[in-house]
Amino acid sequence: MFKRYFGKSFSYFMLILCGLIMVVPFIWMVSTSLKSQTAINKGSVGFIPIDFVNYYTHDGKKELCELVDEEEDQIVINIYDKDGKTFKESYVKVPAESIKSSKKLKFHWDNYKEAFTKVPFGRYILNTLFVSFSVLIGVLITSSLAAYAFARMKFKGRDFIFYLFISMMMVPQPIYLIPSYFLLTKLGWINTYQALIVPWIANIFSIFLLRQQFKTIPQDLFDAAVIDGCSQFGILWRIVLPISKPILATTAIFSLIGSWNSFMWPLVMTSSDNLRVLQVGLSYFAQEASSSTALLMSASTFSIAPLLILFLFAQRQIISSFITSGLKG
Amino acid sequence: MRTKKSYFPLGYILPAFLIVFAFRLIPIVLSFIISFFKWTIHGPEKFIGFQNYIKLFQDPGFWQSLINTFYLVIFVVPVTLILSLFFANLLNRTKKLSGLFRTTYFIPTVTSLVAISILWKLIFSPHGGLMNHVLSFFSIHGLDWLSEPRGIFTLLFGAMGINIPKAFGGPSLALFAIIIVSIWRSLGYNTIIYLAGLQNIPEVYYEAAEIDGASKWKQFFNITVPLISPTTFYVLLMTTITTFQVFSQVYLMTGPPIGGPLGTTKVIVYYIFETGFGESQNLSYASAIALILFIIILGLTMIQKQLEKKVQY
Repeated sequence: MFKRYFGKSFSYFMLILCGLIMVVPFIWMVSTSLKSQTAINKGSVGFIPIDFVNYYTHDGKKELCELVDEEEDQIVINIYDKDGKTFKESYVKVPAESIKSSKKLKFHWDNYKEAFTKVPFGRYILNTLFVSFSVLIGVLITSSLAAYAFARMKFKGRDFIFYLFISMMMVPQPIYLIPSYFLLTKLGWINTYQALIVPWIANIFSIFLLRQQFKTIPQDLFDAAVIDGCSQFGILWRIVLPISKPILATTAIFSLIGSWNSFMWPLVMTSSDNLRVLQVGLSYFAQEASSSTALLMSASTFSIAPLLILFLFAQRQIISSFITSGLKG
Repeated sequence: MRTKKSYFPLGYILPAFLIVFAFRLIPIVLSFIISFFKWTIHGPEKFIGFQNYIKLFQDPGFWQSLINTFYLVIFVVPVTLILSLFFANLLNRTKKLSGLFRTTYFIPTVTSLVAISILWKLIFSPHGGLMNHVLSFFSIHGLDWLSEPRGIFTLLFGAMGINIPKAFGGPSLALFAIIIVSIWRSLGYNTIIYLAGLQNIPEVYYEAAEIDGASKWKQFFNITVPLISPTTFYVLLMTTITTFQVFSQVYLMTGPPIGGPLGTTKVIVYYIFETGFGESQNLSYASAIALILFIIILGLTMIQKQLEKKVQY
């Protein structure tokens, strides 16, 4: 009895520990994004965004102030007005013991605004959305058509082409990155949207997933449709696709996550600022603003937020998509 | 029954086929060809035979990148495998909150590697990074994670006052940081895959073993491990292939110069990137390195497939 109880608590302890290791970095990211850069530079590592503030106490009053200079036992300060932004009095010499330092909770939401406007993140996000959805539409069209032919039509060389496709699915991107760059240069596509969209509108893995699904549809359904005078395309459009919605959703999810997070390809194929997708823009921002850690964390937060929100809403569907693809792949 | 033969299969295949042909097949073949030529961005200049490959074997940069990549694989793959099987097992036995755990574990899988790398670079920072802050509670101080070129074994034994030869120093602390991030990132996905595999094992096996008086450990090693082996092979293969391709973590977490300190984090894909798109723009040499990577990945895939055939239950 004791052993079982112990085993259970141990399980939960380990699971919670692992869960914390997974999410704590993200929580820290958000909390750092809400700190002031001054506080970070002064060594604020914790999870609560605090500002280090100084108060000037005199005649029983407590006023917010900023330290300017220190001399022996005197300190030169600027005293803030009630709004906390402008100074009421500047360069006041006061005795050192009348200055009290303390911590104050403050969320610097303006970090987000600053990061968002410092480089054109709005543009990057629009680029990413445009590329992602163009790729998505392309993938859904080309994959449904090809998968249908592979699953349901008989023609010469079908299996050969299919296995050729599958063997190319195994080739990792870094292998063909260099020749692709050469090819796209020859096509004059470097620094264009085509370079980011066209090579990706056929997805072998989606074709594979859809083919597996289409093969499971009973033959009777097809025979009935043919008797009713339905054309091949009509069968695909009216029968096959509607009953394959779950797997189409899986394909769509993979396509979207893949495009949103794709980094190496757009990094190589585009150099102009106008064409940067979010990940590339974020990586440049990380190099340019490497010392503004608060802004970097804000930018990272809003870059992962859209997918994360999508994930939290559709997590059941997304996780099971990953599982199906894992088991079939 | 005769149906009209009016359909035209090629029309269905064609859109996908054209794209795959132009942007997959041609580049893959071209990659092979380019590596035997002096090839610039304008096209081929001169056939040079195996020169690139000879150069490759004498290039210390290439060997170092290969060793760094192997370190990454040797640490990331087994640890990911063991941890994900462990956590999947725990998850499989718990009812309460298991949905919540699955969701939290999965979060790193759907977040971009760019954001993750930027975040972890800051976590490992010696100035206000979370890692050293946490370690300070365990009286470990002042680790300069991403700028430490010394090997982790050198550091570990050094702390105990033992000097070990440089060859046994292991991956640099900086590379170790990248190893940690890579494990962290791949753990959730593999745990979920393992969990799905575990749920496919029929409960009756465990019930029978229980009646026979087998302990939990015996059950794990004699039922779970053999029956989960197809999943293990999948996880092994996928994790190996992805780990060989690590790029973003190195590109964003290390440097300047990227791949530092002292080239100890320069992995093979970054070396390809640097050779092909860096200052030298040596497309043909970069293609030769890429081909070697391809051969390694292909070879490992073959070996694993063969092993999988032998280990069938």
